[in-house]
Order: sequence, then structure tokens, then C-alpha cells
Amino acid sequence: MLSAASPAVLAADEAPNPWFDPSYVTANWDTILAYLGEHVRLTVAAVVLGALIALPLALLARRSRWLAAGVLGVSTLVYTIPSLAMFAFVAPLTGLSATTVLVGLVLYSLVILVRNFLAGLQSVPADVQEAARGMGYGPARLFWQVELPLALPSFMAGIRVATVSTVALVTVGVIVGHGGLGQLITGGFNANFYRAEIVTGAVGCVALALVADLLLAGAERALTPWTRQARS
Amino acid sequence: MNLLQEAFQYLNDPFNWTRPNGILDLAAQHLRISVTAVLAAMLIGIPVGALLGHTGHGGGFTVALSNVSRAIPTLALLTVFAVTPIGFGPTATTIALALFALPPVLTNTYVGFRGVDRDVVEASRAMGMSEPQVLLRAELPLAVPLLMTGVRTAAVQVVATATLAALVAGGGLGRIITLGFRQQDYGAVLAGAILVALLAVATEVLLAVVSRAVTPGPSRLTFGRVRTRRPGGGAVPVNP
Repeated sequence: MLSAASPAVLAADEAPNPWFDPSYVTANWDTILAYLGEHVRLTVAAVVLGALIALPLALLARRSRWLAAGVLGVSTLVYTIPSLAMFAFVAPLTGLSATTVLVGLVLYSLVILVRNFLAGLQSVPADVQEAARGMGYGPARLFWQVELPLALPSFMAGIRVATVSTVALVTVGVIVGHGGLGQLITGGFNANFYRAEIVTGAVGCVALALVADLLLAGAERALTPWTRQARS
Repeated sequence: MNLLQEAFQYLNDPFNWTRPNGILDLAAQHLRISVTAVLAAMLIGIPVGALLGHTGHGGGFTVALSNVSRAIPTLALLTVFAVTPIGFGPTATTIALALFALPPVLTNTYVGFRGVDRDVVEASRAMGMSEPQVLLRAELPLAVPLLMTGVRTAAVQVVATATLAALVAGGGLGRIITLGFRQQDYGAVLAGAILVALLAVATEVLLAVVSRAVTPGPSRLTFGRVRTRRPGGGAVPVNP
């Protein structure tokens, strides 16, 4: 817009603006690391809190068809609300803090997780539950030793999707100044479209999401050794 | 409570709706960008997905694409296009959103076509249908429900993420929110959030109705209409 307005070329337009610059990364390593730390903290907190709330909800929703329909309906509605609007809804209550971002992220991860948790719990065969009850398993032991292992693949699939989308969503937190690596993206945009900063932030986000997904995939493999045995 | 009142005050002021760059202007811009992006994604995603699903190739590719796309922040994509020679403005936003809408459309179209019963395909070939006829008259009607799910997912996502364009100096209803934050006018922020959320929910509902309407076969429209049974009962409808 600036350059289009006047034919004269500004000095800023003439200056080299590379897509990636190693010297930017080394010179700003501490800043990048601080934003990365915030990004990781927000993601982990959002997914863990989301899982802690989603599990009881899924266990409750499983009890009746009406509750399940209600939970799924509300979760679809919440998921439809745009992230920027979500942060805007929360911001008047918690101000321009990381808590605002966290509350929004927990809500999103919650709705992804509750669906997968419910699907996992519903996929446990009724025969198996019957058999376990017949063997004298109480509700707690039934859940921990029979239902949880059987529902684990579905649980882990939900956690992976929630984690990857949360990593991407954290960037929207720039609206309240706590967007993790998203701060680099808007920072570069505001610093006269400094591409190296933008690309560093963007690539960092994608890399973080992929690493998190790989770690969770590894955890899933380690937690469910029987699925590998069955396949080979 | 006070904030809610401020938000409704904002929404109740006709000047906020009709002034240049008011709610109506921004909503029109928002919808124009979203519709263009979704149509572009459909134009590319549906034929490619249909062909891949028809031939049965590229399943791994589509799945990988939809997985990777989830990891890319919209904000990053919006910003990256804005700093290319395209420059920031509606064009960059539309391209970024179209790229975002592509994976759900492509994947769902692929899965829809892939999931068509092979017997049906064989039967239609045996009836003398040419390959394009098999694709358009046998597979397409059966793939429509999933295809429309993809379009619906994409459209809701696009309408929702078009809000983010405001973070990188783009237009759309998100501007009310970003402007409100900058001016510390939380009433306006809340008003913008309400508008954006309503628009997204309205898109979801509208497309749910549309996808029911275009899905062939009896008894798809379950609300408010007398169900009509076809004399043949249970036959697979061929005409879309």
C-alpha cells in the first residue's frame, strides 16, 4: 500500500529482505527461546487441563443418549466460534494476560478431546464390560484396567489432534500479546514486513507441532504394545 | 453486565452499521472473501479428490496433506502471503483461506468417492456406462454426503479464520475486534465477537440445510416435510 501510493521507492523497499536469515536467529536467540517457552507452556497446559475436564464429561455423557447428544451439540457450537472471537469473549474477564489465551485454548482442546474420549469409551465392547463385571470388577477397576486400555488408541488420537491444533491456535493469542511464536509473526509484520522474523515464527510453529505429534505418536506406541503385537 | 450493555449499545447504533467501514461493509467484505476462497477450494479440491478417489490412488497423500495442514497456523499463512509481491489486501487473504479450505474439501471428496461400493461401480460399468458416466452418475450421488461435509467444514473454518485477516491489516469483521482491543473499547470487542460467532454458526446451519437438500435419496430432509416413499423403496437413486 505504501509503495503503491507513490512511484518513488522508499529506502525500506530497496533494503534486502530475505526469507530466512541465520544471523537473525542467532542474534535474537534469547527472544525466540522465550516465545517458544511460552508457546510450549500454553500448549501443554491447555491440553492437560482440557483432558482433565473432558474425561469426567465423557464419562458422564456416556451414561445417557441425551447427555451425549447435548455434549456433542455444545462442543460443535463451541468449536464453530472463531478463535479471535473466543479470545475477545474471555478478554474482558481476564484482561490482556496469558490466562485469556489459556482459557480459550482449553475450551477448544476440550471440545476435541471430549468427542474422542466419548467415541473411545463407546467403542469398548459391551461383552468385555459384562465379562469384567462378572469377574467382580468394580466401576473404578473396570475403568482403569479394562475400559481405559481399550479406549486408549482413540484417546491418544484425540490428544494428538488437540495438541497439533492448539500449537497452531496459540498464535492467535497475539491479540492480547501472548501468542508465543505468533509474536514473531506479527512482530515481523509490524517491523516493515521483515520476512526473516515472520518465517522464523511460522516455521517454528510448524516444527513444534510436528515434534509434539511425533512425541505423542511414540508415547502411544509405548503405551499400547499389544496393538503392535497383534499386527505383526 | 456493564460490558454486555456496551456491546448491545454498539450493535444498536445504526451509524455503526451503515457508516463506511461499518458492520455492513465489513460483513460484505468478510463474506466476499470467504465465498471466493471456498469456491476456489471446491473448484480445485472436488475434481482432484474425485479423480483420486475414482482411481484409488493418492490416499496417503491426501491424508498426509490434511494432517500437515492442521499444523500450519492460519496467521502464518495469512502473513506470508501478505509479504510476497501480492501485498496485503483481499487477494492475499483469499489465497491463504483457499489453501486452508482445500484439505478438508479434498480429503472428504476423496473418502466419499473411495467409499462408494465397488459393486455399484461394477454394475454401472456392466450397464454400459462410460467412465465419465460412472463418475458423475453413479459415484457422485453416493459421494455427495461426505463431499458436502467437507465443504461445510471448510466453509465454517474459512468464515471463522477470515476474522484473523484483521490481525495483519486485512478487512472483514475481525477488524471490529482488533480495533476495539487497540482502543481498549471492550464493548466493541464483545460486539465484534458476537457478530463473528453468529456469522460462523449461521454458516454452519445454512450449509447443513444445503447439504441435506442436495443429498439425493428419500427421507433426507427430516424436518418439517412429509416423508415421501418411492414406489421402488430403497433403490439407489442415480440422478443427483
